[in-house]
Amino acid sequence: MGLMRGLALRAAVLSVLLFAVFVGAWQVATAPVAGVASGPGLSPEQIEYARMMGKDPGAQKSGGFPTPGQVAATIVGHLSDPFYDKGPNDKGIGIQLGHSLGRVALGFSLACLVAIPLGFLIGMSPLMRRSLDPFIQVLKPISPLAWMPLALYTIKDSSASGIFVIFICSVWPMLVNTAFGVASVKREWLNVALTLEVSSMRKAFLVILPAAAPTILTGMRISMGIAWLVIVAAEMLVGGTGIGYFVWNEWNNLSLTNVIFAVLVIGVVGMLLDLAFGWLQRAVTYVD
Amino acid sequence: MSAFLRVERLAKTYQPHKPVFQDVSFAIQRGEFVCIIGHSGCGKTTVLNILAGLDVATEGYVFMENREVAGPSLDRGVVFQGHALMPWFTVGQNIAFAVRSRWPDWDRARVHAQVEHFVALVGLGAAIDRKPSELSGGMKQRVGIARAFAIQPRLLLLDEPFGALDALTRGTIQDELMGIVRETTQTVFMITHDVDEAILLADRILLMSNGNETRAGYRPGRIAEVVDNPLPRERTRATLHHLEAYYPFRNQIVDFLVSRAKAV
Repeated sequence: MGLMRGLALRAAVLSVLLFAVFVGAWQVATAPVAGVASGPGLSPEQIEYARMMGKDPGAQKSGGFPTPGQVAATIVGHLSDPFYDKGPNDKGIGIQLGHSLGRVALGFSLACLVAIPLGFLIGMSPLMRRSLDPFIQVLKPISPLAWMPLALYTIKDSSASGIFVIFICSVWPMLVNTAFGVASVKREWLNVALTLEVSSMRKAFLVILPAAAPTILTGMRISMGIAWLVIVAAEMLVGGTGIGYFVWNEWNNLSLTNVIFAVLVIGVVGMLLDLAFGWLQRAVTYVD
Repeated sequence: MSAFLRVERLAKTYQPHKPVFQDVSFAIQRGEFVCIIGHSGCGKTTVLNILAGLDVATEGYVFMENREVAGPSLDRGVVFQGHALMPWFTVGQNIAFAVRSRWPDWDRARVHAQVEHFVALVGLGAAIDRKPSELSGGMKQRVGIARAFAIQPRLLLLDEPFGALDALTRGTIQDELMGIVRETTQTVFMITHDVDEAILLADRILLMSNGNETRAGYRPGRIAEVVDNPLPRERTRATLHHLEAYYPFRNQIVDFLVSRAKAV
Protein backbone atom coordinates (compact mmCIF):
# COMPACT_ATOMS: atom_id res chain seq x y z
CA MET A 1 0.00 0.00 0.00
CA GLY A 2 2.77 2.38 0.98
CA LEU A 3 4.62 1.36 -2.13
CA MET A 4 1.57 2.09 -4.29
CA ARG A 5 1.10 5.49 -2.72
CA GLY A 6 4.77 6.22 -3.25
CA LEU A 7 4.40 5.25 -6.90
CA ALA A 8 1.31 7.45 -7.35
CA LEU A 9 3.10 10.38 -5.75
CA ARG A 10 6.18 9.95 -7.93
CA ALA A 11 4.01 9.64 -11.02
CA ALA A 12 2.19 12.87 -10.10
CA VAL A 13 5.45 14.71 -9.54
CA LEU A 14 6.74 13.47 -12.91
CA SER A 15 3.52 14.55 -14.62
CA VAL A 16 3.80 18.06 -13.21
CA LEU A 17 7.46 18.17 -14.22
CA LEU A 18 6.69 17.07 -17.80
CA PHE A 19 3.95 19.68 -18.00
CA ALA A 20 6.38 22.38 -16.81
CA VAL A 21 8.97 21.32 -19.40
CA PHE A 22 6.32 21.36 -22.13
CA VAL A 23 5.05 24.84 -21.19
CA GLY A 24 8.63 26.06 -20.87
CA ALA A 25 9.53 24.80 -24.33
CA TRP A 26 6.35 26.33 -25.72
CA GLN A 27 7.22 29.64 -24.09
CA VAL A 28 10.74 29.62 -25.54
CA ALA A 29 9.51 28.65 -28.99
CA THR A 30 6.94 31.42 -29.14
CA ALA A 31 8.97 34.12 -27.41
CA PRO A 32 8.76 37.42 -29.31
CA VAL A 33 11.76 38.21 -31.52
CA ALA A 34 13.07 41.70 -32.17
CA GLY A 35 11.33 43.62 -34.93
CA VAL A 36 12.90 44.34 -38.33
CA ALA A 37 15.48 46.97 -38.95
CA SER A 38 15.10 48.77 -35.71
CA GLY A 39 18.00 50.96 -34.95
CA PRO A 40 19.06 54.27 -33.68
CA GLY A 41 20.10 55.33 -37.15
CA LEU A 42 16.58 56.09 -38.36
CA SER A 43 15.20 59.56 -38.70
CA PRO A 44 11.65 60.26 -37.40
CA GLU A 45 10.46 60.44 -41.02
CA GLN A 46 11.88 57.03 -41.79
CA ILE A 47 10.24 55.59 -38.68
CA GLU A 48 6.91 57.07 -39.61
CA TYR A 49 7.27 55.71 -43.13
CA ALA A 50 8.03 52.27 -41.77
CA ARG A 51 4.94 52.49 -39.52
CA MET A 52 2.77 53.39 -42.47
CA MET A 53 4.12 50.32 -44.28
CA GLY A 54 3.07 48.17 -41.31
CA LYS A 55 6.61 47.55 -40.07
CA ASP A 56 6.73 49.22 -36.71
CA PRO A 57 10.44 49.28 -35.82
CA GLY A 58 9.68 49.81 -32.15
CA ALA A 59 7.15 46.97 -31.88
CA GLN A 60 8.18 43.37 -31.38
CA LYS A 61 7.27 40.83 -33.99
CA SER A 62 5.62 37.61 -32.89
CA GLY A 63 5.69 34.32 -34.78
CA GLY A 64 1.88 34.22 -34.83
CA PHE A 65 1.61 31.19 -32.59
CA PRO A 66 0.22 32.21 -29.20
CA THR A 67 2.32 32.00 -26.06
CA PRO A 68 1.27 29.97 -23.02
CA GLY A 69 0.38 33.19 -21.25
CA GLN A 70 -1.99 34.28 -24.01
CA VAL A 71 -3.67 30.87 -24.06
CA ALA A 72 -3.99 30.92 -20.26
CA ALA A 73 -5.62 34.35 -20.44
CA THR A 74 -8.04 33.07 -23.11
CA ILE A 75 -8.91 30.05 -20.96
CA VAL A 76 -9.62 32.24 -17.97
CA GLY A 77 -11.66 34.59 -20.16
CA HIS A 78 -13.80 31.82 -21.62
CA LEU A 79 -14.31 29.98 -18.36
CA SER A 80 -15.26 33.13 -16.45
CA ASP A 81 -18.22 33.68 -18.77
CA PRO A 82 -19.13 30.37 -20.38
CA PHE A 83 -22.81 31.00 -21.16
CA TYR A 84 -22.99 34.34 -23.00
CA ASP A 85 -24.84 34.52 -26.29
CA LYS A 86 -24.07 37.38 -28.63
CA GLY A 87 -25.54 36.08 -31.85
CA PRO A 88 -24.90 33.06 -34.08
CA ASN A 89 -21.11 33.40 -34.29
CA ASP A 90 -20.35 34.44 -30.75
CA LYS A 91 -21.55 32.14 -28.04
CA GLY A 92 -19.95 31.10 -24.75
CA ILE A 93 -18.06 27.82 -24.62
CA GLY A 94 -20.66 26.35 -22.24
CA ILE A 95 -23.40 26.86 -24.81
CA GLN A 96 -21.30 25.36 -27.60
CA LEU A 97 -20.43 22.34 -25.45
CA GLY A 98 -24.07 21.99 -24.48
CA HIS A 99 -25.04 21.73 -28.15
CA SER A 100 -22.36 19.14 -28.86
CA LEU A 101 -23.17 17.08 -25.77
CA GLY A 102 -26.87 17.26 -26.56
CA ARG A 103 -26.29 15.90 -30.08
CA VAL A 104 -24.04 13.15 -28.78
CA ALA A 105 -26.51 12.24 -26.04
CA LEU A 106 -29.40 12.07 -28.49
CA GLY A 107 -27.56 10.10 -31.18
CA PHE A 108 -25.99 7.81 -28.59
CA SER A 109 -29.32 7.14 -26.84
CA LEU A 110 -30.98 6.28 -30.14
CA ALA A 111 -28.08 3.94 -30.88
CA CYS A 112 -28.57 2.26 -27.47
CA LEU A 113 -32.27 1.79 -28.17
CA VAL A 114 -31.49 0.05 -31.44
CA ALA A 115 -28.22 -1.73 -30.71
CA ILE A 116 -28.99 -3.35 -27.35
CA PRO A 117 -32.30 -5.05 -28.24
CA LEU A 118 -30.94 -6.01 -31.66
CA GLY A 119 -27.75 -7.28 -30.04
CA PHE A 120 -29.88 -9.42 -27.69
CA LEU A 121 -31.68 -10.86 -30.69
CA ILE A 122 -28.46 -11.60 -32.55
CA GLY A 123 -26.82 -13.03 -29.44
CA MET A 124 -29.71 -15.38 -28.68
CA SER A 125 -30.53 -16.54 -32.20
CA PRO A 126 -27.85 -18.15 -34.36
CA LEU A 127 -30.17 -17.70 -37.34
CA MET A 128 -30.32 -13.93 -36.84
CA ARG A 129 -26.58 -13.79 -36.25
CA ARG A 130 -25.79 -15.54 -39.49
CA SER A 131 -28.33 -13.63 -41.56
CA LEU A 132 -27.40 -10.17 -40.24
CA ASP A 133 -23.66 -10.74 -40.13
CA PRO A 134 -22.93 -9.75 -43.79
CA PHE A 135 -24.77 -6.44 -43.34
CA ILE A 136 -22.96 -5.64 -40.11
CA GLN A 137 -19.58 -6.54 -41.60
CA VAL A 138 -20.13 -4.20 -44.56
CA LEU A 139 -21.74 -1.32 -42.68
CA LYS A 140 -19.40 -1.33 -39.68
CA PRO A 141 -16.20 -0.09 -41.40
CA ILE A 142 -17.89 2.85 -43.16
CA SER A 143 -16.64 6.18 -41.86
CA PRO A 144 -19.61 7.87 -40.22
CA LEU A 145 -18.88 11.08 -42.14
CA ALA A 146 -19.36 9.24 -45.43
CA TRP A 147 -23.02 9.03 -44.50
CA MET A 148 -23.24 12.81 -44.22
CA PRO A 149 -24.28 13.63 -47.82
CA LEU A 150 -26.96 10.92 -47.80
CA ALA A 151 -28.16 12.10 -44.42
CA LEU A 152 -28.31 15.72 -45.53
CA TYR A 153 -30.16 14.78 -48.70
CA THR A 154 -32.73 12.54 -47.05
CA ILE A 155 -33.17 14.21 -43.66
CA LYS A 156 -32.65 17.72 -45.06
CA ASP A 157 -32.06 19.16 -41.60
CA SER A 158 -28.39 19.71 -40.84
CA SER A 159 -28.73 19.33 -37.08
CA ALA A 160 -30.67 16.07 -37.42
CA SER A 161 -28.04 14.87 -39.88
CA GLY A 162 -25.38 15.45 -37.23
CA ILE A 163 -27.39 13.36 -34.78
CA PHE A 164 -27.79 10.65 -37.40
CA VAL A 165 -24.03 10.53 -37.93
CA ILE A 166 -23.51 10.09 -34.18
CA PHE A 167 -26.15 7.39 -34.18
CA ILE A 168 -24.58 5.45 -37.02
CA CYS A 169 -21.09 5.55 -35.56
CA SER A 170 -22.23 4.56 -32.04
CA VAL A 171 -24.42 1.69 -33.12
CA TRP A 172 -21.77 -0.82 -34.28
CA PRO A 173 -19.52 -1.31 -31.26
CA MET A 174 -22.59 -1.57 -29.02
CA LEU A 175 -24.31 -4.01 -31.34
CA VAL A 176 -21.30 -6.26 -31.75
CA ASN A 177 -20.46 -6.24 -28.04
CA THR A 178 -24.04 -6.84 -26.92
CA ALA A 179 -24.39 -9.77 -29.30
CA PHE A 180 -21.09 -11.21 -28.12
CA GLY A 181 -21.92 -10.69 -24.44
CA VAL A 182 -25.36 -12.26 -24.79
CA ALA A 183 -24.06 -15.20 -26.82
CA SER A 184 -21.37 -15.99 -24.25
CA VAL A 185 -23.56 -16.06 -21.14
CA LYS A 186 -22.55 -19.20 -19.23
CA ARG A 187 -24.56 -22.29 -20.07
CA GLU A 188 -24.93 -23.15 -16.38
CA TRP A 189 -26.75 -19.88 -15.57
CA LEU A 190 -29.15 -20.49 -18.44
CA ASN A 191 -29.66 -24.04 -17.16
CA VAL A 192 -30.53 -22.66 -13.73
CA ALA A 193 -33.09 -20.38 -15.35
CA LEU A 194 -34.45 -23.33 -17.35
CA THR A 195 -34.87 -25.63 -14.36
CA LEU A 196 -36.58 -22.79 -12.46
CA GLU A 197 -38.96 -22.27 -15.39
CA VAL A 198 -38.12 -18.56 -15.42
CA SER A 199 -40.19 -16.52 -17.90
CA SER A 200 -38.29 -15.13 -20.87
CA MET A 201 -38.65 -11.53 -19.69
CA ARG A 202 -37.27 -12.33 -16.22
CA LYS A 203 -34.52 -14.36 -17.83
CA ALA A 204 -33.58 -11.48 -20.12
CA PHE A 205 -33.49 -8.87 -17.36
CA LEU A 206 -32.31 -10.87 -14.35
CA VAL A 207 -29.93 -13.38 -15.93
CA ILE A 208 -28.75 -12.42 -19.41
CA LEU A 209 -28.60 -8.65 -18.96
CA PRO A 210 -26.51 -8.69 -15.75
CA ALA A 211 -24.33 -11.48 -17.15
CA ALA A 212 -23.65 -9.56 -20.36
CA ALA A 213 -23.61 -6.09 -18.78
CA PRO A 214 -19.82 -5.74 -18.52
CA THR A 215 -19.41 -6.59 -22.22
CA ILE A 216 -22.29 -4.31 -23.20
CA LEU A 217 -20.80 -1.45 -21.17
CA THR A 218 -17.46 -1.99 -22.90
CA GLY A 219 -19.24 -1.54 -26.22
CA MET A 220 -20.98 1.59 -24.95
CA ARG A 221 -17.69 3.03 -23.76
CA ILE A 222 -16.07 2.45 -27.16
CA SER A 223 -19.13 3.93 -28.87
CA MET A 224 -19.05 7.03 -26.69
CA GLY A 225 -15.36 7.54 -27.48
CA ILE A 226 -16.04 7.31 -31.20
CA ALA A 227 -19.11 9.55 -30.96
CA TRP A 228 -17.06 12.24 -29.25
CA LEU A 229 -14.39 12.01 -31.96
CA VAL A 230 -16.98 12.22 -34.71
CA ILE A 231 -19.10 15.06 -33.32
CA VAL A 232 -16.25 17.56 -33.77
CA ALA A 233 -15.81 16.64 -37.43
CA ALA A 234 -19.56 16.52 -38.04
CA GLU A 235 -20.10 19.98 -36.56
CA MET A 236 -17.28 21.39 -38.68
CA LEU A 237 -19.27 20.18 -41.70
CA VAL A 238 -22.82 21.11 -40.70
CA GLY A 239 -21.92 24.29 -38.82
CA GLY A 240 -24.20 26.46 -36.75
CA THR A 241 -23.42 25.47 -33.18
CA GLY A 242 -21.27 23.13 -31.17
CA ILE A 243 -17.65 22.76 -30.19
CA GLY A 244 -16.66 21.52 -33.66
CA TYR A 245 -18.20 24.56 -35.28
CA PHE A 246 -16.45 26.74 -32.69
CA VAL A 247 -13.07 25.30 -33.76
CA TRP A 248 -13.85 25.88 -37.42
CA ASN A 249 -15.14 29.40 -36.77
CA GLU A 250 -12.06 30.39 -34.76
CA TRP A 251 -9.83 28.96 -37.49
CA ASN A 252 -11.60 31.28 -39.94
CA ASN A 253 -11.02 34.09 -37.46
CA LEU A 254 -7.35 33.06 -37.35
CA SER A 255 -7.67 32.99 -33.58
CA LEU A 256 -5.26 30.20 -32.68
CA THR A 257 -5.60 30.86 -28.94
CA ASN A 258 -9.30 30.03 -29.20
CA VAL A 259 -8.54 26.95 -31.29
CA ILE A 260 -6.03 25.74 -28.71
CA PHE A 261 -8.53 26.40 -25.96
CA ALA A 262 -11.23 24.43 -27.82
CA VAL A 263 -8.84 21.54 -28.45
CA LEU A 264 -8.12 21.38 -24.72
CA VAL A 265 -11.82 21.47 -23.87
CA ILE A 266 -12.55 18.62 -26.32
CA GLY A 267 -9.82 16.56 -24.69
CA VAL A 268 -11.00 17.20 -21.14
CA VAL A 269 -14.67 16.53 -21.91
CA GLY A 270 -13.76 13.34 -23.79
CA MET A 271 -11.74 12.21 -20.80
CA LEU A 272 -14.63 12.93 -18.41
CA LEU A 273 -17.06 10.98 -20.60
CA ASP A 274 -14.67 8.04 -20.67
CA LEU A 275 -14.21 8.20 -16.91
CA ALA A 276 -17.97 8.18 -16.44
CA PHE A 277 -18.36 5.06 -18.56
CA GLY A 278 -15.38 3.47 -16.86
CA TRP A 279 -17.13 4.02 -13.56
CA LEU A 280 -20.38 2.52 -14.90
CA GLN A 281 -18.43 -0.43 -16.22
CA ARG A 282 -16.92 -1.11 -12.81
CA ALA A 283 -20.37 -0.81 -11.24
CA VAL A 284 -21.78 -3.70 -13.35
CA THR A 285 -18.69 -5.90 -13.34
CA TYR A 286 -18.98 -9.02 -11.20
CA VAL A 287 -16.33 -11.34 -9.89
CA ASP A 288 -17.09 -14.87 -10.93
CA MET B 1 -48.34 -49.14 -6.96
CA SER B 2 -45.95 -47.80 -9.55
CA ALA B 3 -42.69 -46.12 -8.66
CA PHE B 4 -42.30 -42.39 -8.08
CA LEU B 5 -39.80 -42.12 -10.92
CA ARG B 6 -39.49 -44.61 -13.76
CA VAL B 7 -36.71 -44.55 -16.30
CA GLU B 8 -37.32 -46.84 -19.26
CA ARG B 9 -34.80 -48.02 -21.83
CA LEU B 10 -32.98 -44.72 -22.03
CA ALA B 11 -30.32 -44.31 -24.73
CA LYS B 12 -28.19 -41.43 -25.91
CA THR B 13 -26.40 -41.50 -29.25
CA TYR B 14 -23.98 -38.91 -30.57
CA GLN B 15 -22.21 -41.05 -33.18
CA PRO B 16 -24.48 -43.32 -35.24
CA HIS B 17 -24.57 -46.97 -34.07
CA LYS B 18 -22.41 -46.10 -31.08
CA PRO B 19 -24.73 -45.06 -28.28
CA VAL B 20 -22.95 -43.78 -25.17
CA PHE B 21 -25.41 -45.79 -23.13
CA GLN B 22 -28.39 -47.93 -23.96
CA ASP B 23 -31.18 -49.77 -22.17
CA VAL B 24 -30.81 -47.74 -19.01
CA SER B 25 -33.83 -48.54 -16.88
CA PHE B 26 -34.37 -48.04 -13.18
CA ALA B 27 -36.96 -46.79 -10.75
CA ILE B 28 -36.81 -44.59 -7.68
CA GLN B 29 -39.33 -44.80 -4.86
CA ARG B 30 -40.63 -41.77 -3.03
CA GLY B 31 -38.24 -40.70 -0.29
CA GLU B 32 -35.42 -42.85 -1.63
CA PHE B 33 -31.82 -41.67 -1.99
CA VAL B 34 -30.22 -43.18 -5.08
CA CYS B 35 -26.61 -42.69 -6.13
CA ILE B 36 -25.11 -43.51 -9.50
CA ILE B 37 -21.42 -44.36 -9.72
CA GLY B 38 -19.35 -44.82 -12.82
CA HIS B 39 -16.17 -43.71 -14.53
CA SER B 40 -15.95 -40.47 -16.45
CA GLY B 41 -17.55 -40.63 -19.86
CA CYS B 42 -20.06 -43.36 -19.03
CA GLY B 43 -22.89 -40.86 -19.45
CA LYS B 44 -24.06 -40.34 -15.87
CA THR B 45 -24.30 -36.58 -16.26
CA THR B 46 -26.31 -37.08 -19.45
CA VAL B 47 -28.71 -39.37 -17.57
CA LEU B 48 -29.11 -36.71 -14.89
CA ASN B 49 -29.63 -33.96 -17.47
CA ILE B 50 -32.31 -36.05 -19.15
CA LEU B 51 -34.04 -36.49 -15.78
CA ALA B 52 -33.78 -32.72 -15.28
CA GLY B 53 -35.22 -32.10 -18.73
CA LEU B 54 -32.12 -30.22 -19.85
CA ASP B 55 -31.13 -32.90 -22.36
CA VAL B 56 -33.19 -35.14 -24.61
CA ALA B 57 -32.77 -38.90 -24.81
CA THR B 58 -32.30 -40.51 -28.21
CA GLU B 59 -34.50 -43.38 -27.07
CA GLY B 60 -36.53 -44.20 -24.03
CA TYR B 61 -38.74 -42.37 -21.58
CA VAL B 62 -38.73 -40.92 -18.11
CA PHE B 63 -41.92 -40.81 -16.05
CA MET B 64 -42.33 -38.97 -12.81
CA GLU B 65 -45.53 -39.75 -10.94
CA ASN B 66 -46.79 -41.40 -14.14
CA ARG B 67 -46.30 -38.27 -16.24
CA GLU B 68 -43.66 -38.13 -18.88
CA VAL B 69 -40.76 -35.76 -18.29
CA ALA B 70 -40.58 -33.33 -21.19
CA GLY B 71 -38.42 -30.31 -20.49
CA PRO B 72 -37.23 -28.75 -17.25
CA SER B 73 -39.61 -28.25 -14.37
CA LEU B 74 -39.69 -26.70 -10.92
CA ASP B 75 -40.68 -30.15 -9.66
CA ARG B 76 -37.10 -31.27 -10.18
CA GLY B 77 -34.45 -29.17 -8.45
CA VAL B 78 -30.88 -29.43 -9.66
CA VAL B 79 -27.63 -28.82 -7.77
CA PHE B 80 -25.04 -28.27 -10.46
CA GLN B 81 -21.47 -29.50 -10.44
CA GLY B 82 -20.03 -25.99 -10.40
CA HIS B 83 -22.47 -24.33 -7.97
CA ALA B 84 -23.91 -22.15 -10.85
CA LEU B 85 -24.70 -19.20 -8.59
CA MET B 86 -25.33 -15.85 -10.25
CA PRO B 87 -22.31 -13.75 -9.21
CA TRP B 88 -24.22 -10.45 -9.47
CA PHE B 89 -26.73 -11.58 -6.81
CA THR B 90 -26.00 -11.96 -3.12
CA VAL B 91 -26.56 -15.30 -1.41
CA GLY B 92 -30.05 -14.21 -0.37
CA GLN B 93 -30.91 -12.86 -3.82
CA ASN B 94 -29.76 -16.08 -5.48
CA ILE B 95 -32.16 -18.08 -3.36
CA ALA B 96 -34.92 -15.46 -3.62
CA PHE B 97 -34.63 -15.68 -7.42
CA ALA B 98 -35.48 -19.38 -7.20
CA VAL B 99 -38.22 -18.86 -4.59
CA ARG B 100 -39.92 -16.14 -6.66
CA SER B 101 -39.78 -18.38 -9.72
CA ARG B 102 -41.54 -21.14 -7.76
CA TRP B 103 -44.18 -18.94 -6.14
CA PRO B 104 -44.55 -15.79 -8.28
CA ASP B 105 -47.49 -14.49 -6.23
CA TRP B 106 -45.73 -14.58 -2.87
CA ASP B 107 -45.19 -11.20 -1.22
CA ARG B 108 -41.79 -9.87 -0.21
CA ALA B 109 -42.07 -10.94 3.44
CA ARG B 110 -43.00 -14.49 2.57
CA VAL B 111 -40.15 -14.82 0.07
CA HIS B 112 -37.76 -13.40 2.63
CA ALA B 113 -38.91 -15.83 5.31
CA GLN B 114 -38.44 -18.78 2.95
CA VAL B 115 -34.96 -17.54 1.95
CA GLU B 116 -33.90 -17.02 5.56
CA HIS B 117 -35.12 -20.44 6.57
CA PHE B 118 -33.10 -22.25 3.90
CA VAL B 119 -30.00 -20.09 4.31
CA ALA B 120 -30.07 -20.93 8.02
CA LEU B 121 -30.57 -24.61 7.18
CA VAL B 122 -27.14 -24.74 5.51
CA GLY B 123 -25.62 -22.59 8.26
CA LEU B 124 -25.01 -19.47 6.17
CA GLY B 125 -27.23 -17.00 8.02
CA ALA B 126 -24.32 -14.64 8.55
CA ALA B 127 -23.41 -14.64 4.85
CA ILE B 128 -26.87 -13.91 3.44
CA ASP B 129 -25.87 -10.48 2.09
CA ARG B 130 -22.52 -11.54 0.67
CA LYS B 131 -21.74 -12.09 -2.98
CA PRO B 132 -20.69 -15.60 -4.06
CA SER B 133 -17.19 -14.32 -4.88
CA GLU B 134 -16.72 -13.58 -1.17
CA LEU B 135 -17.48 -17.18 -0.20
CA SER B 136 -15.32 -20.29 -0.08
CA GLY B 137 -16.02 -23.20 -2.43
CA GLY B 138 -17.83 -25.13 0.29
CA MET B 139 -20.04 -22.19 1.18
CA LYS B 140 -20.94 -21.65 -2.49
CA GLN B 141 -21.96 -25.27 -2.84
CA ARG B 142 -24.06 -24.95 0.33
CA VAL B 143 -25.88 -22.00 -1.25
CA GLY B 144 -26.48 -24.15 -4.35
CA ILE B 145 -28.00 -26.83 -2.12
CA ALA B 146 -30.10 -24.29 -0.22
CA ARG B 147 -31.37 -22.90 -3.53
CA ALA B 148 -32.41 -26.34 -4.74
CA PHE B 149 -34.14 -27.18 -1.43
CA ALA B 150 -35.84 -23.78 -1.16
CA ILE B 151 -38.17 -24.49 -4.08
CA GLN B 152 -39.17 -27.75 -2.36
CA PRO B 153 -38.88 -29.92 -5.46
CA ARG B 154 -40.40 -33.39 -5.57
CA LEU B 155 -37.12 -34.78 -6.87
CA LEU B 156 -33.67 -33.42 -6.13
CA LEU B 157 -30.94 -34.03 -8.69
CA LEU B 158 -27.34 -33.63 -7.56
CA ASP B 159 -24.59 -33.65 -10.19
CA GLU B 160 -21.43 -34.49 -8.27
CA PRO B 161 -22.03 -31.58 -5.93
CA PHE B 162 -18.93 -32.08 -3.80
CA GLY B 163 -16.46 -32.98 -6.53
CA ALA B 164 -14.54 -29.72 -6.27
CA LEU B 165 -14.36 -29.58 -2.48
CA ASP B 166 -11.58 -30.63 -0.14
CA ALA B 167 -12.14 -33.79 1.91
CA LEU B 168 -12.86 -32.05 5.23
CA THR B 169 -15.42 -29.64 3.80
CA ARG B 170 -16.97 -32.43 1.79
CA GLY B 171 -17.50 -34.50 4.93
CA THR B 172 -19.21 -31.66 6.75
CA ILE B 173 -21.55 -30.88 3.89
CA GLN B 174 -22.34 -34.57 3.36
CA ASP B 175 -23.51 -34.70 6.98
CA GLU B 176 -25.58 -31.58 6.51
CA LEU B 177 -27.12 -32.87 3.30
CA MET B 178 -28.00 -36.18 4.95
CA GLY B 179 -29.62 -34.35 7.86
CA ILE B 180 -31.76 -32.20 5.59
CA VAL B 181 -32.73 -35.10 3.34
CA ARG B 182 -33.79 -37.26 6.30
CA GLU B 183 -35.73 -34.37 7.80
CA THR B 184 -37.60 -33.45 4.61
CA THR B 185 -37.94 -37.04 3.31
CA GLN B 186 -36.65 -35.69 0.04
CA THR B 187 -36.30 -38.02 -2.93
CA VAL B 188 -32.76 -37.68 -4.30
CA PHE B 189 -30.84 -38.84 -7.34
CA MET B 190 -27.14 -38.11 -7.09
CA ILE B 191 -24.05 -38.61 -9.22
CA THR B 192 -20.80 -39.26 -7.43
CA HIS B 193 -17.28 -40.50 -7.98
CA ASP B 194 -16.72 -41.13 -4.32
CA VAL B 195 -17.53 -44.65 -3.09
CA ASP B 196 -17.69 -43.64 0.58
CA GLU B 197 -19.99 -40.77 -0.23
CA ALA B 198 -22.36 -43.16 -1.98
CA ILE B 199 -22.24 -45.64 0.91
CA LEU B 200 -22.94 -42.91 3.44
CA LEU B 201 -25.81 -41.26 1.61
CA ALA B 202 -27.49 -43.75 -0.69
CA ASP B 203 -30.19 -46.29 -0.03
CA ARG B 204 -29.41 -47.85 -3.36
CA ILE B 205 -26.44 -47.53 -5.67
CA LEU B 206 -26.54 -47.88 -9.44
CA LEU B 207 -23.23 -48.99 -10.93
CA MET B 208 -22.82 -47.79 -14.48
CA SER B 209 -20.34 -49.23 -16.97
CA ASN B 210 -18.69 -47.36 -19.82
CA GLY B 211 -19.31 -48.07 -23.47
CA ASN B 212 -16.40 -50.09 -24.88
CA GLU B 213 -15.19 -52.18 -27.78
CA THR B 214 -15.26 -55.93 -27.18
CA ARG B 215 -14.38 -58.79 -29.46
CA ALA B 216 -18.07 -59.17 -30.16
CA GLY B 217 -18.29 -55.54 -31.24
CA TYR B 218 -19.15 -52.24 -29.58
CA ARG B 219 -20.98 -52.46 -26.30
CA PRO B 220 -22.73 -49.33 -25.05
CA GLY B 221 -22.66 -48.15 -21.45
CA ARG B 222 -25.43 -49.42 -19.19
CA ILE B 223 -26.48 -49.94 -15.60
CA ALA B 224 -24.39 -53.01 -14.89
CA GLU B 225 -25.45 -53.64 -11.31
CA VAL B 226 -27.85 -52.27 -8.73
CA VAL B 227 -26.89 -52.78 -5.10
CA ASP B 228 -28.97 -52.08 -2.00
CA ASN B 229 -27.16 -50.46 0.88
CA PRO B 230 -27.10 -53.10 3.67
CA LEU B 231 -26.08 -50.60 6.37
CA PRO B 232 -28.64 -49.25 8.84
CA ARG B 233 -30.19 -45.98 7.69
CA GLU B 234 -29.15 -44.16 10.85
CA ARG B 235 -25.45 -44.23 9.98
CA THR B 236 -22.96 -41.44 10.48
CA ARG B 237 -19.76 -40.63 8.67
CA ALA B 238 -17.73 -40.97 11.87
CA THR B 239 -18.85 -44.53 12.67
CA LEU B 240 -19.48 -45.80 9.16
CA HIS B 241 -16.25 -47.79 8.88
CA HIS B 242 -16.87 -49.59 12.17
CA LEU B 243 -20.02 -51.24 10.84
CA GLU B 244 -19.59 -54.90 10.06
CA ALA B 245 -21.19 -54.79 6.64
CA TYR B 246 -19.19 -51.74 5.57
CA TYR B 247 -16.04 -53.34 4.14
CA PRO B 248 -17.66 -56.16 2.18
CA PHE B 249 -20.07 -53.63 0.66
CA ARG B 250 -17.33 -51.16 -0.13
CA ASN B 251 -15.17 -53.89 -1.66
CA GLN B 252 -18.04 -54.97 -3.87
CA ILE B 253 -18.34 -51.47 -5.34
CA VAL B 254 -14.61 -50.88 -5.64
CA ASP B 255 -14.18 -54.26 -7.34
CA PHE B 256 -16.80 -53.27 -9.85
CA LEU B 257 -15.14 -49.94 -10.58
CA VAL B 258 -11.67 -51.45 -10.87
CA SER B 259 -12.37 -54.60 -12.85
CA ARG B 260 -15.80 -54.65 -14.42
CA ALA B 261 -16.92 -51.06 -15.07
CA LYS B 262 -14.83 -50.76 -18.21
CA ALA B 263 -14.14 -54.30 -19.34
CA VAL B 264 -17.48 -56.07 -19.02
